[in-house]
Amino acid sequence: MTSFVRILAFAVCLLAPLSAAAQDADPLEQAVADFHGGSYSDTEAFLQALAATGDERALPIIDALENDQLYVRETDGVAFVAVEGEEDDTLVLSDPVTGEEIGTVPDDDFDDVRVNNRIRRAIAAARGALTLLSDDAGVRARAADSVFTSRDAAALDTVREAIAQEENDRVLKKLREAEAAILLDQGADEADTLAAIETVRGRGNRDALSMLTRVTANSDGAVLEAAQAAVEDIEERLALLGIVQNIWYGVSLGSVLLLAATGLAITFGVMGVINMAHGELVMLGAYTTFLVQQFFAATMPGAMDYALIVAAPAAFLVSGGMGVALERGIIRHLYGRPLETLLATWGVSLILQQLVRSIFGPSNVQVSTPTWMTGTWEVVPGLALTLGRISIVLFTIVVFIGLMAVIQRTSFGLRMRAVTQNRRMAGSVGIRSGWIDALTFGLGAGVAGLAGVAISQIDNVSPNLGQTYIIDSFLVVVFGGVGNLWGTLVGALSLGVANKFLEPFAGAVLAKILILIAVILFIQRRPRGLFALRGRAVEA
Amino acid sequence: MKHLKHILVGCTALVAASAAHAQDGEPIKVGILHSLSGTMAISETTLKDVMLMLIADQNEAGGLLGRPLEPVVVDIASDWPLAAEKARELLTVNEVDAVFGCWTSVCRKSVLPVFEELDGLLFYPVQYEGEESQRNVFYTGAAPNQQAIPAVDYLMEEEGVERWVLAGTDYVYPRTTNKILEQYLLDHGVDAEDIMINYTPFGHSDWQTIVSDIKAFGSAGKKTAVVSTINGDANVPFYKELGNQGIAATDIPVVAFSVGEEELAGLDTTPLVGHLAAWNYFMSVDTPENEEFIEGWHEFIESDARVSNDPMEAHYIGFNMWVEAVEKAGTTDPDAVIDAIIGVEVPNLTGGTAVMLPNHHITKPVLIGEIQADGQFDVVWETDDLVPGDAWSDFLPESAMLEADWTPAVNCGNFNKDTGMCIGASAAE
Repeated sequence: MTSFVRILAFAVCLLAPLSAAAQDADPLEQAVADFHGGSYSDTEAFLQALAATGDERALPIIDALENDQLYVRETDGVAFVAVEGEEDDTLVLSDPVTGEEIGTVPDDDFDDVRVNNRIRRAIAAARGALTLLSDDAGVRARAADSVFTSRDAAALDTVREAIAQEENDRVLKKLREAEAAILLDQGADEADTLAAIETVRGRGNRDALSMLTRVTANSDGAVLEAAQAAVEDIEERLALLGIVQNIWYGVSLGSVLLLAATGLAITFGVMGVINMAHGELVMLGAYTTFLVQQFFAATMPGAMDYALIVAAPAAFLVSGGMGVALERGIIRHLYGRPLETLLATWGVSLILQQLVRSIFGPSNVQVSTPTWMTGTWEVVPGLALTLGRISIVLFTIVVFIGLMAVIQRTSFGLRMRAVTQNRRMAGSVGIRSGWIDALTFGLGAGVAGLAGVAISQIDNVSPNLGQTYIIDSFLVVVFGGVGNLWGTLVGALSLGVANKFLEPFAGAVLAKILILIAVILFIQRRPRGLFALRGRAVEA
Repeated sequence: MKHLKHILVGCTALVAASAAHAQDGEPIKVGILHSLSGTMAISETTLKDVMLMLIADQNEAGGLLGRPLEPVVVDIASDWPLAAEKARELLTVNEVDAVFGCWTSVCRKSVLPVFEELDGLLFYPVQYEGEESQRNVFYTGAAPNQQAIPAVDYLMEEEGVERWVLAGTDYVYPRTTNKILEQYLLDHGVDAEDIMINYTPFGHSDWQTIVSDIKAFGSAGKKTAVVSTINGDANVPFYKELGNQGIAATDIPVVAFSVGEEELAGLDTTPLVGHLAAWNYFMSVDTPENEEFIEGWHEFIESDARVSNDPMEAHYIGFNMWVEAVEKAGTTDPDAVIDAIIGVEVPNLTGGTAVMLPNHHITKPVLIGEIQADGQFDVVWETDDLVPGDAWSDFLPESAMLEADWTPAVNCGNFNKDTGMCIGASAAE
């Protein structure tokens, strides 16, 4: 195979001067004319040739390659940019250099130029080298980052040219880092190398650490010392940031637990109903999100990013409605009989799972993540928080505050508290306790639906989704103290943070076991959980 | 009137006799033992459908030995003790002649004793950890040397990977595979400190810490890759977190052994483009056999959106092998089929042939595919030849001297080449 490639490469070399002689044209046309497809190595060489031209007209060709729109004609190896035609099995060809449309042809004679990771890296490097002098500061910054990663020596002159004319401080810093990266990779004299180490050290993140570690592996003397000092410095910094990051991971895990458990804290904690179908109410919320997104995709694809905002109230209504129906239909007949409630709601959970499986199929459905929830926010170099998790933590805070407000500040909340504290007295002052029970259960179920919206963004949306969360939810509620929302809050967050601090040492499996053992021991000591209710409510 | 009726009956009988000339006699029963509910339903329901399709096609082509085939479907509900009960039911109550089923290794391990005791036939269609060969079982999925080892070779040679993360779900398949891979890497001069092994529970959904650990592990100045034996649902949040934390395939590629077209179906694959999977079949493979198979599948399932995947091909191969072996033996008797099936050769869907080897594994090509934006894989590398499945890994000291050979000369699932002894109690009675 390799010998074949060599022969091919050799043949290409032989042919190249011939075509060069034929058209003594500009370098870009030359590079395109020399490319005839072939192996990944040939494509990589082509990209390097494109980058070397420094010609901005090469960018559309690179884009076409990345998007699988670059083709080579089988008969003579001429490259074209092409998109699929309206009719099946046809291609609309255009000239790669001028972009002029040539015409529509059947696709039989054309081979797609294939792309793998090696080519993708070469694409990033080439695009970086070509856009260093762009007019847009954002593009220049990205280009500098690409060059920092690729460390392409051929780009060094362009980087220096860009540094000389750069006025934006942020981009200038990135350009200097890119220059330093190339110098460190190529090797330079001692003074330059030391300066480069300082520059990269200032970057202070994992890329920089990776690069400097590589320097320590093949250097000596003053350079080695400087590199080692820089590596230690960055490692120390990252270790410190690691703690902050771990706390954040804990908080974000805790907030998911809290969302899933809050609904249960109301139905189980406040009302005393053991609702095994709680997880399925979460699942219904997630499926509602899916349906709302489908609706948006069908009717207004442009507004897909806002589908989630509509999905939240929709999920609250769907799950809440299901909760009210459940309470009126089944649970109210079983008050005071916990075992029967448990069995009946477990049956409901199986029915709901199978129902969803029959309607949507057993496979996961695809819930897309809006663009404003993708990506990361780099707080300081080396500490990046993902926007998805930030959104979920914020959402949890909003839901929790909203719930507290409903319970503490509205007349419905007042009635609800009255009924749970003393049902008969509440009844005597004219509160329809049966109706309040239904609404309270509906509120808990609705919050479970909201949890489903959030969970659809981080986990699988499948009929089994609820099963994953039901155990954790009960754990949080029991640990936090039955009947107390603040207990649920503290319980969820402390379980989340404890889990994340154990995970790096103990591994994910053992961490979970350790947490379970700890909770069991804790419940032995304090059967009523962290925040035990005192007074008459306990006996009720 | 009566006369007419006679003629009519006679005609019908005649037509029926000529049409189903091949299909009189007792039907041959084929057991299908897959989870149609529970966590594994996502993967296994499809396999049940494929079996129904293959059986229907075979009946259309005239049945087997002049008898029709009759599928018997049972649901093991992702519950492994139940799987053993259902297997017993299939063999004793339904009296099936062959069983196609199981997905997880734990399922296979639980039904093994039943097939051994009642002398049944099991065709197991999923890639697994090896270190096993049983007289009554045919392994039509990949052994580690047909998937894991070539994938690691690819990463070493093509991507120049020097630092390895072995991440898996915590059960027998990932643990054994990673043990083999670790030994293989150490044998190839990788430092022990350049290997990180991580296990997570089934259905793990919070990947923040692990992904950031992988990121930290990858910043030691050496090219890093993740070899993932993460199974089932947990893959989706894992890949999502990779995308969120900005780990692109060009920085740290992930090569997965349990992620196929079906698993990607529930996922937006844009951030995953370039991550890898190693299988013996991809839906995107461009051969006439595959085209025909996919067309038949879409027609049978009445949806053009459904994907095909590697275990489906394994069932396709296994079923055709069984059919051929039964025809060769002239009977469905398990002992006769076990003898007849060794050496049986049937075409696979990637343009090669699968041969049943004496160790009850088959020959397969190994393909490495990169995930594309449309949820399909683009094959970037494949082995030159078909790779014969190796039941006992040559890279583990405790199994290097073992060999499985069910031909009459040896007739043993774990024959010790050094001592010339068959150590297993599982040798044929």
